[in-house]
Amino acid sequence: MCLPAILFFLVMSYLPMPGLYLAFINYNYSAGIFGSQFVGFDNFKFLVTSGALWKLTTNTILYNLAFILFGNILQIGIAILLNELRKRWFKKVTQSLMFLPFFISFVLVGLIAYNILSYDFGLLNGILKSIGWDPVKTYSNPSIWPFIIVITYLWQSTGYGSIVYFAAIMGLDSEIVEAAEIDGANALQRIRFIVLPWLKPTFIILLLFSLGGILRGNFGLFYNLVGANNTALFDSTDIIETFVFRSLMNNFNFSLGSAVSLYQSVFGFFIVITANWLVKKASPDNTLF
Amino acid sequence: MARQRGTDFSSVAIRLFGYCFIGFFALCCLIPFLLVLGTSFTSEKSITLHGYNLWPREFSAFAYKIVFENPGVIVGSYGVTLGITIAGTILGLFIVAMTGYSLQRPDFPYRNRISFFIYFTTLFQGGVVPFYLIMTQWLHLKDNYLAVLLPGLMSPFLIIMMKSFVTSIPHAITESAKMDGAGDFRIFTRLILPMTTPALATIGLFIALGYWNEWYNAMLFLSPDLKYRPLQLFLYNVVTSADFIKNSSVASNVQPRDMPLESMKMATAVVATGPVILFYPMVQKYFIKGITVGAVKG
Repeated sequence: MCLPAILFFLVMSYLPMPGLYLAFINYNYSAGIFGSQFVGFDNFKFLVTSGALWKLTTNTILYNLAFILFGNILQIGIAILLNELRKRWFKKVTQSLMFLPFFISFVLVGLIAYNILSYDFGLLNGILKSIGWDPVKTYSNPSIWPFIIVITYLWQSTGYGSIVYFAAIMGLDSEIVEAAEIDGANALQRIRFIVLPWLKPTFIILLLFSLGGILRGNFGLFYNLVGANNTALFDSTDIIETFVFRSLMNNFNFSLGSAVSLYQSVFGFFIVITANWLVKKASPDNTLF
Repeated sequence: MARQRGTDFSSVAIRLFGYCFIGFFALCCLIPFLLVLGTSFTSEKSITLHGYNLWPREFSAFAYKIVFENPGVIVGSYGVTLGITIAGTILGLFIVAMTGYSLQRPDFPYRNRISFFIYFTTLFQGGVVPFYLIMTQWLHLKDNYLAVLLPGLMSPFLIIMMKSFVTSIPHAITESAKMDGAGDFRIFTRLILPMTTPALATIGLFIALGYWNEWYNAMLFLSPDLKYRPLQLFLYNVVTSADFIKNSSVASNVQPRDMPLESMKMATAVVATGPVILFYPMVQKYFIKGITVGAVKG
């Protein structure tokens, strides 16, 4: 009964793997993969010397670190606060609203961002103008994009993530909490000494998952926010996935794209192994494998 | 000696902060949607003068009129998305459930190896370029709706979620059914599937949501010549290409300069997203239940 799934992953995930051979050739469409010239590490050499690999790596990693750090702080914080609140209707309504952005496509996310940031019609500039400030040219100013992207990410993912943590808090034995209260623990102490330690295993597992993907970018988010060809912003917004996508769709440079993909897979693989190994040392019960 | 719970200073302060902070964040999540909705009902003139607004200064449903004037393309896109979503969700759900069930059966000899075989694909991938070549040159799925349907069928994450849910069903049930002479497939469809409804609902929602919002594979594999493309890609075209709007101005006999460019983008967004948002309150409780069930428990 596993056969359909095995076939699926064989075709969708394993069959493309030998295709990474593309990274070592100078792909020529008419000659085909095996007719193309073998160039060894030349593609990588080009990426390194042009500085592209370095920029893509730092961008991807820094964005992901920001997503992981701010995302988890916000998610855990909201989960804990939700747990402290008493009005059931308030919890229900706010949870629903916070979950809403998770339900929409990245295309709409991009449109919403444009709604707010557009130079001529955007809400942001509307507000700035109405209080007498100068409008800002968001789409040609690379330095503010890290903030925009991180905020959009938080906007979209916090509701979902906080429900995962909230669910974990629900599993906490209420007797422990009550016992602590009888012993005179106040809310801050309760959170600090009971709830936070209780969330640690969940946090570590989620952290491991996200560390494994630290070299994988959120393509839909970046592509729809920044746009396909807004070269002015690439310095601060280009990540590995958007680069690979461009090399595939615009330049047809299949080899360069594959070289970046291979680098990403190999590097990411070692990051997961290392992270898992570190966690195994620190707390052996929380490892992924 | 029960004490009145949480009346000390820090509890009250935290609650107060909680109401303000969560209320504020929830509003931030809602407002952009209102902005899109409001703009879609605003006249183009008012947008050019005052920009986008939450509340239409000058109400106009002209954009919707144009969007629906030539319903052909949008109805076709709806059809494509709906067809792919329904077919993909049913098929994917069935396969995910079957795989999740077999992988947790203690008497299944290769379960660990197959689990790793599936999990490994999250660690190491061939990347977009070889995937693209396999899909187009080897499976010949260029401009085929199957190219959108197939990749979304399942993910290791969903299989693991299903597996951890089925683990809560005692193996004794399978064993006793076996003794009564039921085959594995019969046990799965008659006994296991009905017992896993909450998990099926959640995983089904994940798959369906993925298909409804799908645009990436559609963009990779469906060329612009194709008459009907999935809704999100249709929306993407309306948002990014002025050509698209120019074409529809010809079709609806409106002068290009009179086309409600901005409000049409928003109206299309409302039309493409509406069903999911309306659907959402109904399915939310399953989602939350499913996440709670499938939540990673350390």
